[in-house]
Amino acid sequence: MVTTAMPQPVRPVRREQQAPAANPPAAPLPETAHVRTDNFSVYYHDHPAVNRVTLTIPAGKVTAIIGPSGCGKSTLLRAINRMNDFVPGARAEGQLWYCGQDVYGPNCDPVELRRRIGMVFQKPNPFPKSIFRNVAWAPKINGYRGDLEELVERSLRQAALWDEVKDKLDRSALALSGGQQQRLCIARAIAMQPDVLLMDEPCSALDPIATAHIEDLIDQLKTQYTVVLVTHNMQQAGRVSDRTAFMYLGELVEVDATDIIFTRPNNPRTQDYITGRFG
Amino acid sequence: MRRERLFRNLLRLAAWLVGLNVLVISITLFWGASPTLRHFGLGFLWSSHWNPVTDEFGALPFLAGTLATSFLALALSLPLSLSMAILLGEFLRVGWLSNVFKSLVDLIAAVPSVIFGYWGLMVLVPLVREAEMWLMPLGQSVGIEIMPYGVGVLTASLVLAVMIIPNTAAIAREVLELVPRDLKEAAYSFGATRYEVVRSVIVPYARSGIFAGILLSLGRALGETMAVTMVIGNTNEMPANLFAPANTMASVIANELAEATTAIHYSSLVAVGLVLFLVTTVINFIGTYIIKKMTVQA
Repeated sequence: MVTTAMPQPVRPVRREQQAPAANPPAAPLPETAHVRTDNFSVYYHDHPAVNRVTLTIPAGKVTAIIGPSGCGKSTLLRAINRMNDFVPGARAEGQLWYCGQDVYGPNCDPVELRRRIGMVFQKPNPFPKSIFRNVAWAPKINGYRGDLEELVERSLRQAALWDEVKDKLDRSALALSGGQQQRLCIARAIAMQPDVLLMDEPCSALDPIATAHIEDLIDQLKTQYTVVLVTHNMQQAGRVSDRTAFMYLGELVEVDATDIIFTRPNNPRTQDYITGRFG
Repeated sequence: MRRERLFRNLLRLAAWLVGLNVLVISITLFWGASPTLRHFGLGFLWSSHWNPVTDEFGALPFLAGTLATSFLALALSLPLSLSMAILLGEFLRVGWLSNVFKSLVDLIAAVPSVIFGYWGLMVLVPLVREAEMWLMPLGQSVGIEIMPYGVGVLTASLVLAVMIIPNTAAIAREVLELVPRDLKEAAYSFGATRYEVVRSVIVPYARSGIFAGILLSLGRALGETMAVTMVIGNTNEMPANLFAPANTMASVIANELAEATTAIHYSSLVAVGLVLFLVTTVINFIGTYIIKKMTVQA
């Protein structure tokens, strides 16, 4: 039998205790910052996958993180909801704030944190259950007390999937096409009523039409959620994001409004990357 | 070229011999059992009288003994073996402690069954006898007769329960490891706890594989002979309760075959063997079929 590598529930990645700034200063958050990192690094053993990144992710906007493969963009994304806790040998340094809460501090419960942050993965990964139960899964385990059917419908509508599946909610989610599965995964994440949506190359396994669907969807979602989108597709970043961060070799090279990044970036490396000279 | 062909034919011959072996065993069983089957018909299965002196033979006590010990053993061992499988398949996948546990589980499978029987006799039988002494008055008050023999259905089930742990634990661990990583990540990303992920993602996904592992354990328990024979008390009667001595299909054959003097006695023992063979074969087929289906999907 083939054994897949599993997320090893390792010891939680705790921030290395920093110098005696015992009580981190109440972060001077820009009013609109939803997630903010300060000199934040993630190490895999001794290798820094994310290296001293200082980045502000504003609320209610789509922030795209672009960069060549291995630049640390997915690692940074997964650091926000502490999914790197499951990677053996991963550890974080510096600070990452979510709504003013120190995510790697001693008082942060990662389970609580993840309940407020939705995540959509690279490959559509619906549970092998019915469409309904996929969407209802997170609300259920989180003790949702309202009308579950209403919530499922609302989430599916928001994910622009309702009309296609409303007559077959009890069918297996695995019978859907790849693009539908990915929208289902978005509905599943929305159903949790998060305020941040993390998307890790959500279109990389999809065809152009399904990709267009998802991109439209992201455009609508930003009215309600803060979206952080990791993508290796620069056109996509250009089309859907408000702000774009360019990462290279674990470092944040540049972050700015998307139209600035794509028309007159400050840094020559950004220029080289977006014009396709490397990467 | 010739050597090539010779080699291939040798392999083919060996394969045929192995296959033929099973066929010959089945035919021998049918043939040896046929006097009994002709004489008693299907009633052989339903009759609870087994008396070599009067040449009355019915397999029901042994069928009951086998099923009771096997299912009780399964019930006793599942909490342990499944916990072990979940621990090793999800919580403790790597590291020295994980390896120690895995080796110990494998070691259980390597212990010869006569050693288990011996351990049952030396350790379990006195313990069960103590318990029976203690339970005797209680049993009397509700009309259950408990004799403090120490040997019996319960003792045999306890020995079997330990013996079949590795079967379920190893197979269940393997299928738990097949649960795709991205499903677990999705569940964790929604704020699920370890327990919630195990309960509502991992175990449901691996359910049929775990079931197959349980079936294979059951097959092992049904056929186990030596250890059971040593601690079950070898009584050719329907066991009245869990504390009563009994016999299983395997243990009655082991006990009586060498001393069977009449043809019908001998044939009846073979018929018991035939029943046992059919039951274990069917269960093993179902188990391996499910595992195969699971592996293809994964």
